[in-house]
Amino acid sequence: MLSYAFKRVLSMLPVAFIAVTACFFIMRLAPGGPFDRERALPPEIKANLLAAYNMDQSLPVQYMLYVWRLLHGDLGPSMVVKTYSVSQLLGLGLPFTLTLGFSAFIIATTVGILAGILAAVYQNKWPDYVLVLFVMVGVVVPNFLTAHLLQLVFGVYLDWLPAGGYLPGSIPHLVMPVTVLSLAHLARVSRLMRGSMIEVLGSNYVRTARAKGLGTRLVLARHALKPALLPVVSYLGPGLSYLLTGSLVVEQVFGLPGIGKYFIQAALNRDYGLVLGTVVLYMFIILILNLIVDLVYAWLDPKVRYS
Amino acid sequence: MRIKQAFQVSSAAGVAALMLSGSAFAVTLNLHNGGDARTLDPNKESVNVEDRIISDCFEGLMTIDPKGEPVPGQATSFDVTPDGLTYTFHLRDGIMWSDGTPVVAQDFLTGLEHLENPKTAAEYAYLANFIAGVADYNAGKSTDPSTLGIKALDDKTVQYTLASPTPYFTAALTHPSLYPIPTADYKANGEDWASVDHILCNGPYQIKEWVPGSYVRSEKNAKYYDAANVKIDEVYYHVLEDNAAALNRYRAGEFDIMTDLPTDQLALIQKELPGQARLTPIISVYYYMLNELKKPFDDVEIRKALSMAINRDVITGDILGTGDVAAYSWVPPGVANYQGAVYTNDWQTLPYEERVKQAAAIMASKGYTPENPLKATLRYNTNDNHRRIAVAIAAMWAQIGVQIDLLNAETGVHYDALSAGDFEIGRAGWIMDYNDASNMLDILRSGQKQPDGTINWGNNYGRYSNPKFDALMDQAAKELDLVKRAGIMHEAEKLAMDEYGAVPIYDYVTKWVVSPKISGYEDNAVERHLTRYLSKSE
Repeated sequence: MLSYAFKRVLSMLPVAFIAVTACFFIMRLAPGGPFDRERALPPEIKANLLAAYNMDQSLPVQYMLYVWRLLHGDLGPSMVVKTYSVSQLLGLGLPFTLTLGFSAFIIATTVGILAGILAAVYQNKWPDYVLVLFVMVGVVVPNFLTAHLLQLVFGVYLDWLPAGGYLPGSIPHLVMPVTVLSLAHLARVSRLMRGSMIEVLGSNYVRTARAKGLGTRLVLARHALKPALLPVVSYLGPGLSYLLTGSLVVEQVFGLPGIGKYFIQAALNRDYGLVLGTVVLYMFIILILNLIVDLVYAWLDPKVRYS
Repeated sequence: MRIKQAFQVSSAAGVAALMLSGSAFAVTLNLHNGGDARTLDPNKESVNVEDRIISDCFEGLMTIDPKGEPVPGQATSFDVTPDGLTYTFHLRDGIMWSDGTPVVAQDFLTGLEHLENPKTAAEYAYLANFIAGVADYNAGKSTDPSTLGIKALDDKTVQYTLASPTPYFTAALTHPSLYPIPTADYKANGEDWASVDHILCNGPYQIKEWVPGSYVRSEKNAKYYDAANVKIDEVYYHVLEDNAAALNRYRAGEFDIMTDLPTDQLALIQKELPGQARLTPIISVYYYMLNELKKPFDDVEIRKALSMAINRDVITGDILGTGDVAAYSWVPPGVANYQGAVYTNDWQTLPYEERVKQAAAIMASKGYTPENPLKATLRYNTNDNHRRIAVAIAAMWAQIGVQIDLLNAETGVHYDALSAGDFEIGRAGWIMDYNDASNMLDILRSGQKQPDGTINWGNNYGRYSNPKFDALMDQAAKELDLVKRAGIMHEAEKLAMDEYGAVPIYDYVTKWVVSPKISGYEDNAVERHLTRYLSKSE
């Protein structure tokens, strides 16, 4: 398994190289640039800005400079944010994004799996109907609407929770953002879990286990859970990367210091440095998550062998 | 409420230290600041989000009063030579940086050199072009800082030499780009001097914390000369671009002041929070540019017909509904150094139906009718209000035989196209940098030929060009008598507006919401409100 993991890490390198190269040139193809504003800058000042970011060089030279810096672990400057470099911006926001993303992930996954099992066991009875309804709502209602509604109800009318903002270490400030972020993930996990559990519960070996007199709980825990988890596990990798990258709305409604918004804002601002920085960071997160998922798969499913 | 308290108790251990440090402050102002700052360096400032923080933490030779009028700041007085070219400022006694070192004349020199150094790449470097030597130094034609028109006569005296008389010079000095920076700090830390770790301030507040995407926090600066009269101890400048969410937080009591509001909820604000929305005209214009290098917009009659057919009252009243003021003049009402009546044209008082009739007649005489319309593309940057206005204007123009295709793009792409002249009709806006009519009128000057043969039109996206207008503006720039200067500029404005060099649509208003707990806030036309003048009751 170790040699498999090592091979996978090696194979990440060309993927990373292609992603960085593609992203670098695609960004430059987009019309507009980081210094196009509502007010036209005098040519001398634009020249100073372009020179300050090496953008007066030819595109291949800029690309070489970028890759050279990247190999030295330097993500370079942001073309818009002047006080912080890209590494600093991502470094400042990443701990919060991870806290938010992992909290939502753990809560949504746990609750989603339990709810899915419950719905499968009580298929076509009221717990199942409640879950299906919830899943529909979770998938259909966009999170900016949920965010504003929660803010209005719990922040303004009931005054139970802070309506937004960030206070280092404060749990109340996290309750609404984590809830909003986890809803869609929770809905998907529970739906997957329900479907696969229904399928497993109908399979021959479970019928055999029941026939030899095992109770529902034992059947679930010993025989059904592991195989039923497989589809859920394969979704967890993309699910977690979605939670880590998809926090834009939550960050913007609640005014939080994560890095989800850089994905969108930097692209809109043509902040080439920050776009590439976020892409590189998320690329590594996603590659690593996929690797972990594949390794967990082997543990869950004895049929999977790595060579 | 009980759940909130329970949560707070449960997490109290983790945040005890922070809570304690927070409770040390008697009065905290929570300001909803909109977007995130990009820099806290006054020389590099470029947007109002930064201005609100920097103007609280730094002070120039001149500052502003609650009405937004320039008043002495770090200087107590100044002398001007009769030719209007040399200004000598006398610094106030007891002015200090937040580490206790005195603010000296050299700090103003350091600031100007830093602003104009091409390596700084400051976006507002051009704002100081009225100071001798500045333009050349910034363009790299001179690398000797002593060629800049600023001198430290001694520690307490700063002297500026101007390239041409500039009646708004003292008003321009209130702009943060011209503020001093701490020389020793800058020498020791380079560009990093303005990071939270190194930044020293000479204003009423000092920056303490910056959490990108969430807030900047400043505390009262005990070394400020007027600290005894500063009533708010701590300020949070909250980042929140979602105005609806900001209103929720304001209603939850988490914000004391909002600097923008969700316009679709204005009725709710006025009903539930009476008197708290502060809508005041500011010196600014929302306008359309017609590209005069493209046919048929080179025809002044066509431009006139298009301007006449825009029902500005419908736009300000029904579409915006926030008290914005219909505009027909290029220079908005209430601008300083601009004695005389606001520009009016001969049709603006006619009933709208009559205007449409006349405009349609003009278009018909040029061969354009609803059956055989003039087809044109209208570009705007992606924004709800811009879209609604564009749709309405397209409908108004349809009556006079103009068929509009709408094209929207994000801000950078939009202005890139406008700068390149790649448009027929384009939306733009201008909020004045300093309170002087020239700041508005200079936009319409002819383009400048560049060494590579291209023409730089600057912000004159419509490419309006009239040598007589340029000559009048040159003449005004040399005129020392303010009343005469205003007269010349009025003449220039009339010329450009009679030729429809741009189509003003409305003047913006501020959209602040101020809690009744806050006193000392005064509506002003420059939309700048220093926290040092505010106080808050619990």
